[in-house]
Amino acid sequence: MNLFSAIGDFSSFFFRSIFIPWQLKHTRYRILRQVFEVGIGSLPIILIIAAFVGLVSIVQTSYQVAGTVPRYILGMTVGRMVMIELGPILTALMVSGRCASSMAAEIGTMRVTEQIDALEIMAINPHRFLSLPRIVGTFIALPVLTVIAELDALLVSGAYAHFFLDIPFGVFNYGLTHFFYAKDFFGGLVKSLFFAIVIATAGCYFGFNVRGGAREVGRAATYAVVTASILILTLDFLIALVIFG
Amino acid sequence: MIRVENLSKSFNSQVVLDDVSFCIDDGSLVVVLGPSGTGKSVLLKSILGLMSVDSGEVIFDGKSIQNATANELYEIRKQVGFVFQGTALFDSMNVAENIALPLREHTNLSSKDIRERVCHLLEVVGMEGKADLYPQSLSGGMKRLIAVARALALGPRYLFYDEPTTGLDPIMTDRVVALIKDLKKRYKNSGIVVTHDLSTAKAVGDQIYMLKKGKITKLTKIEKELYD
Ligand SMILES: Nc1ncnc2c1ncn2[C@@H]1O[C@H](COP(=O)(O)OP(=O)(O)OP(=O)(O)O)[C@@H](O)[C@H]1O
Ligand SMILES: [Mg+2]
Repeated sequence: MNLFSAIGDFSSFFFRSIFIPWQLKHTRYRILRQVFEVGIGSLPIILIIAAFVGLVSIVQTSYQVAGTVPRYILGMTVGRMVMIELGPILTALMVSGRCASSMAAEIGTMRVTEQIDALEIMAINPHRFLSLPRIVGTFIALPVLTVIAELDALLVSGAYAHFFLDIPFGVFNYGLTHFFYAKDFFGGLVKSLFFAIVIATAGCYFGFNVRGGAREVGRAATYAVVTASILILTLDFLIALVIFG
Repeated sequence: MIRVENLSKSFNSQVVLDDVSFCIDDGSLVVVLGPSGTGKSVLLKSILGLMSVDSGEVIFDGKSIQNATANELYEIRKQVGFVFQGTALFDSMNVAENIALPLREHTNLSSKDIRERVCHLLEVVGMEGKADLYPQSLSGGMKRLIAVARALALGPRYLFYDEPTTGLDPIMTDRVVALIKDLKKRYKNSGIVVTHDLSTAKAVGDQIYMLKKGKITKLTKIEKELYD
């Protein structure tokens, strides 16, 4: 399959999943479940990853600029780095590893055991029933997770600076807040909205397109994560060009 | 009434359905008999538009499945209950939720009414008290009965059974056959039963067709007796 028809197929799957008549009454609960699945389910791993991202950022930055700039610059640099880039991208990559694969496996299994055919026969649109709640749920959960990850990373890096680098909280915080640009923060969030769409759509797309059995289900899970990761980084670059370029 | 007209379907070079035509009159249960792998499941799925066909048409109460829009197709399918060969129960839901799903999606019944309807349907198929179990913990025969209950949920005019008795022990087979007959008497619905088991076919069928090598032929009374 060539790249363009693949992209076309993928986007048309997304639009087919989203632009269908649906009622909040029926779908609310299913969306909420996905918000929990994606959000609460990913929270522990995200908190751990973000803490280390914060630590690495502060250690690396202080190593690179030590003695050459005022100390509050560390707060600024780490803050902007985490908000623009590290927070959104690492959260998205973690969630894609966790959720795109499990969505693909779950929906793929439903495909091979004819459960999707059963939905069709019951006159229940499987896209509305399966893809829509996952896409909307991830769309809600991922930005929230991203903000939590950023707060976590900044707190941890601030604490490290305070206790080990002799940069008091106040100084770090000055750099962080004085050079805070809303564009950085919201630009990062806009990215995470796009990432959410990519993650859930990849999971559902590869799940729906499973033909065969257990091996194909496994393969779909892998493809979903690989595709989502590549698309996340591609989009990251494109959006960076538009917002920050 | 469902009219199947000149349906043909092949996969690559393998012809599965070759100019198949027959008719399901209101109130009659048609049995399609045929050896394994002849395309009985493909026929059922084609009739409901789950699989595209190469040529031919299926007319549901005057409406063509092949020319129907997605919404029209869904409206038609709401009148059909389908019992899959592999039951296709939703394994992330328990028995009650499986049966309740079409009711939740397509009716405005309250939760209490839905619960009552589910209990009633479980009683009809003789599976009372199994509401809270998950499909994984049911035997093949029990799953089959639950699948029948789910197919009945919306009170369908047509019931499609794909191999309802295959793989069941004689007692369970008799139970399912009795259920099919009982349902037909009770709800006056019509439908198709697909099977490779002649005794099931004779027990439930008003008309019996034989599907072999893509061709369908109606069995006459004498032929049915000859098979014995
Ligand atoms: N999706 C598909 N792709 C390719 N070939 C298929 C597909 N589905 C079915 N077939 C082929 O069509 C033929 C008929 O299959 P079908 O499942 O309808 O058989 P069946 O009559 O229901 O058999 P059984 O009694 O074992 O269920 C088989 O030979 C199968 O190989
Ligand atoms: Mg079959």
